[in-house]
Amino acid sequence: MAILQTRDLNKWFGGLHVTGGVDFALEDGEIHCLIGPNGAGKSTLFRLFLGEHLPTSGQIFYQGEDITKAKPFERIRRGISVKFQVPGIFKALSVRQNLQIALQHHRLPEELDEEIDRLLEFLKLTDARYQLAGNLSHGQKQWLEIGMAVALRPRLLLLDEPTAGMTPDETAATGEMVQELNRDGVTVLAVEHDMAFVRQIAHRVTVLHFGKIFAQGTIDEIVSDERVAAIYLGDAHA
Amino acid sequence: MARANLLSSTIRLLDGPQTLGRGRPFWTSFALVLVLACAYPMFADGYDVGNNVYFFNWVFMALGLSLIWGYGGTLSFGQTAFFGVAGYSYGVISTNFGDAYGLTLVALIASVAAAALFSAVLGYFLFFGRISGVFLGIVTLSVTLVLERFMAQTAGPEWQVGTARLNGYNGMGGMPSLTIPWFGGDIVLFPDVQLYYCTLALLVACYLGLRLLVNSRFGNVLVAIRENPQRAEMLGYDIRVYQLVAFVIGSALAGLSGVLYTSWGNYITPASMGMTAAALPIVWVAVGGRSDLTTTLIGTLIVLGGFQALTIHGSQYALVVMGVLLVLTVLIAPRGLVFSLGALAGGMFRRKTAGRE
Ligand SMILES: Nc1ncnc2c1ncn2[C@@H]1O[C@H](COP(=O)(O)OP(=O)(O)OP(=O)(O)O)[C@@H](O)[C@H]1O
Ligand SMILES: [Mg+2]
Repeated sequence: MAILQTRDLNKWFGGLHVTGGVDFALEDGEIHCLIGPNGAGKSTLFRLFLGEHLPTSGQIFYQGEDITKAKPFERIRRGISVKFQVPGIFKALSVRQNLQIALQHHRLPEELDEEIDRLLEFLKLTDARYQLAGNLSHGQKQWLEIGMAVALRPRLLLLDEPTAGMTPDETAATGEMVQELNRDGVTVLAVEHDMAFVRQIAHRVTVLHFGKIFAQGTIDEIVSDERVAAIYLGDAHA
Repeated sequence: MARANLLSSTIRLLDGPQTLGRGRPFWTSFALVLVLACAYPMFADGYDVGNNVYFFNWVFMALGLSLIWGYGGTLSFGQTAFFGVAGYSYGVISTNFGDAYGLTLVALIASVAAAALFSAVLGYFLFFGRISGVFLGIVTLSVTLVLERFMAQTAGPEWQVGTARLNGYNGMGGMPSLTIPWFGGDIVLFPDVQLYYCTLALLVACYLGLRLLVNSRFGNVLVAIRENPQRAEMLGYDIRVYQLVAFVIGSALAGLSGVLYTSWGNYITPASMGMTAAALPIVWVAVGGRSDLTTTLIGTLIVLGGFQALTIHGSQYALVVMGVLLVLTVLIAPRGLVFSLGALAGGMFRRKTAGRE
């Protein structure tokens, strides 16, 4: 069964057709990677899923229900969670407070402290807990934002370029974390440029090009597809 | 056991991360200042003490603005509108019902409630209409100025509510002072020592209450919205509700200022909602350091005192000085002068103690 599904989804920014009739189905329990050249409309598709943009036309279903018009916070409360491309952490607050704000909505007060400490440990940010989040390294900021997304105990986790700016070690750790979450039943949709990372985690891959679904399949099918190679020609990330 | 838990969690909230002054040194100074404030009437003339209550009257409004703007990130120019609504309400209600049987206290509560209700209606349209940033400032300022204009044209005898004449630009006067019913006879809170202690107690209660609020779960979300509203919403919070609640609480505090001011001077005029009046809270709060309750409180008292000194000594430039002060603050210490000094002192203190260990 599809946990997330779109029907003929379109988004125009003025004269720009950024999402072009997308029919997309995300299977419950899979790790799915969304790839495509810069400006293909990957982040826009995420924003449509989250309700931050409303589609010009088309529909979005989550667990079989039409959420096309639902408010962003309503979608989050139904179990969707996101890590943005540009980390949206609370820069002037401490790392600990960032996690507290993410966690407090879903936890009883008496388990909150313990849970924050666990998450800090997991993110390897225990020593940095009283630092302002804005002073973290780029990789740590990414970690923190992933931690905040995970803290919501989502059913569907959207990750927009989770490993950008991370060291190879951090990238590998992120991959392991995603797989572990997935084993616990979390469906993951990740936008990624790092093909090694995609190979590590993805069950299926979708290629987006000029806002349209260009190809879909396993990573091996995608990599051996000459048309896909062609659209990536000249793209530094290929 | 449960009581001990409640106590420890209350202390935690009083001393939480959203307030700059923390720990033993801070609370020691706090107690010291409080003792000094309590002792002051013993060394001063009752008349002066009563006059100086004037400074306390404004602090509630400033703390409210700190909550809305400093913690919530929403710049409201509307504080004096709610000040005026509550002030006039107090005038009308207390003039009509008098000061027996503690009715002035009912008038106080009803007037603050009127300001809160007005702010809830206005805030609903602002926040649920997704009006933010500079537009919210413009709308709130417009509301303030419209109210001023409206009250200014109520000079005619037709503008009378019961026995209370609104009196147009000359302002409304003659309402009774706040009166506390007491066994041996009512205590009338004329500007004197009794009013001083009552206002001081109210101020301490509001300050501590706000400290609890900003360090609570609610406060956490409020500062999160200030830092990044989109991210806060993507954590599942309906940010409109949080902004609205902060706006109503902050506006109600402005209303409390309005009632205290009106009762203190037995007088309120439309000018209390004018352009100048509307801008002053912004100056107090910005100069002190809007993102912290303590710096807001200290800054407001210092700026008010300085302003008063300038006007008394015949300077016509008091307002200009206020403007310059605001500009300097924005340029030199955007987070507030008192805030920056406090952070500096705190940093030095920490380094000193760290060196000792
Ligand atoms: N709010 C907006 N208004 C107008 N145009 C927009 C807006 N958001 C995105 N676009 C345009 O839509 C196109 C797709 O942008 P989007 O950010 O979705 O691409 P992307 O696939 O995520 O790219 P990248 O790999 O660089 O992150 C781009 O041409 C972008 O300029
Ligand atoms: Mg993108």
